[in-house]
Amino acid sequence: MNILVCISNVPDTTSKIEFTSDSTSFLTNGVQFIINPYDEFGLTKAIKLREQHGGKVTVVNFGESTSEPTLRKALAIGADEAIRIDGAPTDSFLVAKELSKVISENNFDLIILGRESIDYNGGAVPAMIAELLDLPFVNACTGLTIEGTEAKMEREIEGGKEFVSSSLPLVIGGQKGLVEESDLLIPNMRGIMTARTKPLAVVECSSSSGKSSSVSFEKPAAKQACKMVEAGQEKELVTLLHKEAKVI
Amino acid sequence: MSVVVFAESWNGTFKKGTFEILTYAHDVAKKMDTKCVAITIGEISDDVKVLANYGADKVVSIPNQFDACDNKGLSSALAQIADSEGANIVILSNTNTGKTIGPRVAVKMDASFISNTVDVPSESSPLLVKKKSFSGKAFEMAQSHADKTVIALSPNAYNIMQNNNDSCDFATIDCQVENTNVSSINVEKASGKISLAEAEIVISAGRGLKGPDNWGMIEELADLLSAGTACSKPVSDIGWRPHSEHVGQTGKAIAPNLYIAVGISGAIQHLAGVNSSKVMVAINTDPEAPFFKAADYGIVGDAFEVVPRLIEEIKQFKSSN
Ligand SMILES: Cc1cc2nc3c(=O)[nH]c(=O)nc-3n(C[C@H](O)[C@H](O)[C@H](O)COP(=O)(O)OP(=O)(O)OC[C@H]3O[C@@H](n4cnc5c(N)ncnc54)[C@H](O)[C@@H]3O)c2cc1C
Ligand SMILES: Cc1cc2nc3c(=O)[nH]c(=O)nc-3n(C[C@H](O)[C@H](O)[C@H](O)COP(=O)(O)OP(=O)(O)OC[C@H]3O[C@@H](n4cnc5c(N)ncnc54)[C@H](O)[C@@H]3O)c2cc1C
Repeated sequence: MNILVCISNVPDTTSKIEFTSDSTSFLTNGVQFIINPYDEFGLTKAIKLREQHGGKVTVVNFGESTSEPTLRKALAIGADEAIRIDGAPTDSFLVAKELSKVISENNFDLIILGRESIDYNGGAVPAMIAELLDLPFVNACTGLTIEGTEAKMEREIEGGKEFVSSSLPLVIGGQKGLVEESDLLIPNMRGIMTARTKPLAVVECSSSSGKSSSVSFEKPAAKQACKMVEAGQEKELVTLLHKEAKVI
Repeated sequence: MSVVVFAESWNGTFKKGTFEILTYAHDVAKKMDTKCVAITIGEISDDVKVLANYGADKVVSIPNQFDACDNKGLSSALAQIADSEGANIVILSNTNTGKTIGPRVAVKMDASFISNTVDVPSESSPLLVKKKSFSGKAFEMAQSHADKTVIALSPNAYNIMQNNNDSCDFATIDCQVENTNVSSINVEKASGKISLAEAEIVISAGRGLKGPDNWGMIEELADLLSAGTACSKPVSDIGWRPHSEHVGQTGKAIAPNLYIAVGISGAIQHLAGVNSSKVMVAINTDPEAPFFKAADYGIVGDAFEVVPRLIEEIKQFKSSN
């Protein structure tokens, strides 16, 4: 099986989000970047599928050279090779177009993405790739098994779960459940050593403009101090929620 | 020109979110001085006339039945009608379905896709609209560079309003759609629970509850308030609660009117997914718990004493109101 895992390079979940003084861009100074958490589930799943079915796991990121440590980490976790599309990923459509190009130039049986990138939260790239390449697409995928050229999946829907099947090649937007949190692979010493010599190809970005851009940013208004209610005075809380907050 | 809105339904009934995006679409259409066209897909047991009460100028019903997973069919049906209605804006709810078909509709229509929006566009050409970003840690003004834009509105971001329209047109159109490439085997419905995305009140609990057997009081409180139930990430990781209840930066992002957090410390990743809630209440034994810095109301105390008393007070409140 030839599997592609698309990896978004995102700020660590503990990062304080700050913007430049003119509010036009995200300040990356001092921010630690990580593999997008949804993509971590996809990467571990891909490695497990390779163990079962043989084949190769490739990881790809569209980003600048600053995202290479994140790709190296994916190699250390167990991917076989990495591709970086060199450019500034400023919008979902641009990312989808560039990733689609890499996909159409290779023969992948399975293309795994995350349900959402935790930075700009577009939630758009997986579906756009499916549309651009006319491939079957399963979003919010929480379980996947492969038998021959057929995939069986579980996906989350509002109000329940749906069990679906599709032929390969296939695009999925994955999340927790593909593998459990406790099964997530982390790099070991040997992985880190071998990652240095695994191939990381840099390819040029072919298009330059997306269909949208982030013009300015602001932080949510600061919260007012928390109003404390004594334990035992739950009646007061109910009154506050009814009369003051008007939420019950 | 027109604003087209996807009036999503589930088992034949319109979702609450549908009335929210319809109100939003009506306001966008008014601002753009154009008409608002609602599209329904599949068999609808509700009366579609209700859509006119929320401001639709025209309702197009597509009777074709699609499985939930058939994002190819759904998006092609939607894009066809949007094109034939001359849509320059298409609006969906930023739910699983919205995010699965919205981007496909955008690619088909050569439109941009902007999700997680929280307001009507502040400018129309080029379109500029406010959206949530960085998992609720920031807002962003996003600009569209295309002539058409597909917008996915963040659930619970817009107030539902009635805008009665007595002269609404109704049409039914059969769509020619290609065969799906994903087949549904079966659907397992969560038992009568309130969907987290749409819940107006959410009762959530964390590791402070000590074990899965202690959730009875959380469910009782939720039932009393017609609320949804949620949990912190470790609680779903250890299997005390289903993954579908995990909220936060790496779980569901929610924005209810009221979020009650019981025995949850208030880690930054947890808050990221819930801090768009209008009002937050924290119940925690530790007065230094970070949740109290984010909450509007707090009680320092043992959940096993506070929650049962709160349940009694809510019962009293309900019987006298
Ligand atoms: C310093 C910096 C600045 C950025 N500035 C912006 C900005 O201003 N506006 C903006 O929209 N984006 C920006 N990005 C890009 C951002 O990280 C995402 O790549 C982009 O937002 C993707 O669109 P999305 O949010 O719709 O992704 P989603 O659709 O939410 O992502 C879903 C999945 O798609 C895949 N994916 C997403 N992005 C990539 C990628 N770049 N490479 C490989 N796979 C990917 C992953 O599998 C991910 O889980 C920036 C990135 C960096 C590092
Ligand atoms: C990459 C990454 C992503 C993450 N994403 C998420 C996410 O999406 N969502 C999420 O929730 N977390 C997430 N986390 C985890 C997060 O950092 C915290 O570890 C987690 O939120 C803590 O859960 P908790 O509050 O239930 O447990 P704890 O931190 O253990 O807190 C338990 C709280 O209960 C209180 N308590 C104890 N006994 C009682 C009692 N009897 N009555 C009342 N209160 C009591 C304690 O004082 C404490 O504050 C993520 C972490 C990482 C590294």
